[in-house]
Amino acid sequence: MKKFILNDNVQKILASLTAILIGFIFGFLILLFAASIKTQATNPIEGFITIITGGMRYNGIKGFGIILRYTTPVLLTGLSVGFAFKTGLFNIGAAGQFVMGGFTAAYIAIKWTFIPLEFLWIVALLGAIVVGGIWGMISGVLKAYRNVNEVISSIMLNYIGMITVSNLVFTIKDRFNPSRSQVPLSRIPTFGLDKVFGLNTVDFGIFIAIAVAILIYIVLEKTSFGYELKACGYNREAARYAGINDKKGIILSMTIAGALSGLGGALVYISSITKVFDQSLVLQREGFDGISVALLGLSNPLGIIFSSFFISMLRNAGSSLSRAGFNDEVIRIMTSTIIYASAFSLLFRDKIHKLFNKKEGK
Amino acid sequence: MDTLLFLLKNMIPYMIPLTVVALGGMFSERSGIVNIALEGIMVFGASIGIFFMYFFPNLFPPQMMLIAALIIALISGAVFSLLHAYASVNLKANQVISGTALNLFATSFHVFVARIVTPNGVEGVKFNNIYRIPTVPFLSDIPFLGPILFTNTYITTFIGFGILFISSYVLFKTRFGLRLRACGEHPQAADSVGINVNRMRYIGVLISGALAGMGGLILIVPSTVEYTGVVSGYGFLALAVLIFGQWRPSKIILAAAFFGLMQTISNSSGLIFFMSLGIPKYFYQIVPYVATLIVLTFTSKKSAAPKAAGEPYDPGKR
Repeated sequence: MKKFILNDNVQKILASLTAILIGFIFGFLILLFAASIKTQATNPIEGFITIITGGMRYNGIKGFGIILRYTTPVLLTGLSVGFAFKTGLFNIGAAGQFVMGGFTAAYIAIKWTFIPLEFLWIVALLGAIVVGGIWGMISGVLKAYRNVNEVISSIMLNYIGMITVSNLVFTIKDRFNPSRSQVPLSRIPTFGLDKVFGLNTVDFGIFIAIAVAILIYIVLEKTSFGYELKACGYNREAARYAGINDKKGIILSMTIAGALSGLGGALVYISSITKVFDQSLVLQREGFDGISVALLGLSNPLGIIFSSFFISMLRNAGSSLSRAGFNDEVIRIMTSTIIYASAFSLLFRDKIHKLFNKKEGK
Repeated sequence: MDTLLFLLKNMIPYMIPLTVVALGGMFSERSGIVNIALEGIMVFGASIGIFFMYFFPNLFPPQMMLIAALIIALISGAVFSLLHAYASVNLKANQVISGTALNLFATSFHVFVARIVTPNGVEGVKFNNIYRIPTVPFLSDIPFLGPILFTNTYITTFIGFGILFISSYVLFKTRFGLRLRACGEHPQAADSVGINVNRMRYIGVLISGALAGMGGLILIVPSTVEYTGVVSGYGFLALAVLIFGQWRPSKIILAAAFFGLMQTISNSSGLIFFMSLGIPKYFYQIVPYVATLIVLTFTSKKSAAPKAAGEPYDPGKR
């Protein structure tokens, strides 16, 4: 038992679960607080049940499908942010890479009619990976050769990407309809998933996302390439001393991170239910949800599979929280509490160590 | 000439908040704590300040009212930043994590409260903008500077310059400033001569919170009459200003002026002078962000960043 508890991975999971528990308790307190001062009818117990069931109590199996649909993009943006974290970089630019990749996919799926339709969506995904990768690579190159802080450059690239896509959608028109949704000629197939979960829910994209997560796990943990990238993250000077090309490492990390977010965008914008390219010039929430997902999943690709599902559950709960008289800000306040509490993981592990070592009288 | 005057005049409302918030970030990073939560603290400070104006619109005469709201934003920003200080100093946590949490919390907090207190349950909180000063006696008549600084101006402009001078003095001419800088450069050395590193870092983060909270309100008051809980990335832009300004007050104000000017040009694509250039609107839209990238590309190489910024203090390390 003691060996099990003191296992590093078990402790990390326990720390995340504790953070989630703290978030839930805080969320419940907020519901009680809001109920006590709001004038209209509210039911905090109902609201809390909605949250912990991820809203599925209202829409059941279809709700599960919708949660999986939300999971697909944030799993990839989460991987994007998490991968960069593992290599010592903070990719806050997922939102820009996401929308650039998504636009590229939609553009290919609309314009490249010379490709047979059954392959078109695959080409579109590849295009998104390339363009998202380039968008991430810019930050990597600037960081490696000019020492530009990647946080600042990727935030700037977020805005540039957002404005660029909005302008392109508006000028190209064709099957891009800024007021409604674009109509790609080829979409990600559902392979019968719509029969199980109902129309407009999950498609094959979720399997692509999970496969990519496993692939990234293998690259990071089982290959020397991944080891080199992580070594750059731990200590850039030491890595260089060991003969690792740290500049190349930084550029590759950001490129891969960008490619992951770009793919995430593609899986939304040409999915079975397409997302509209927003004209109101706001950064896409999938990009920032990716940060929450990565932090909660402790940047571990396998952890991110679960954390992305969890964050998507909360999102689905948020959309039906109004039935109990609450707004979905409660969900975001909860998420921020969970992330803040996850910063306590070091303290939490210390406590566990002390607790178990005391028992042996050491 | 008119165009130049127009651009400089409109630059001020961007330049002042960027300066104040970047100076805040400077105090935090000089003490060794990276404060990525500036954006969230701006949102939070502005939010509390605006709620104060919303609930007590006629408590004081206009200018007193604005000063009171600024002080409230300053205090609430400082209190909010305590969360970041606790996580990064006491818990030695990754400073990005708590910063992200604060950013996420601030906007949802504002919307949450706004939906409860506004009559229609909307997120926008309206306030009366009665704080503009049309002319200042004598000073408005100064050629060139008069129209830019002293006509249709806000008291926040002068507060901003005041903070700039005080910050510069505190950082480079006082014992406190020297100690703060030591904690950001080499905390172990600072500790060895009896400086309480954790305490200095707390103070650094608190100052950054106070200035960012006030900076949020300084940004919002002249630019709108309804606050929805967003400051559109200005907290992050302030971080860019801090880096471009090489962590020095005298350069930070110039960096802020540059960004302010770019933002103004971006908003002015409809101006006759710019229309005559025939450049598509798209390029004006991306100007501030591309300019930031280009400027950082040429100024980041010899970075003057405090050496220990972002690292939790470990007394056992040499």
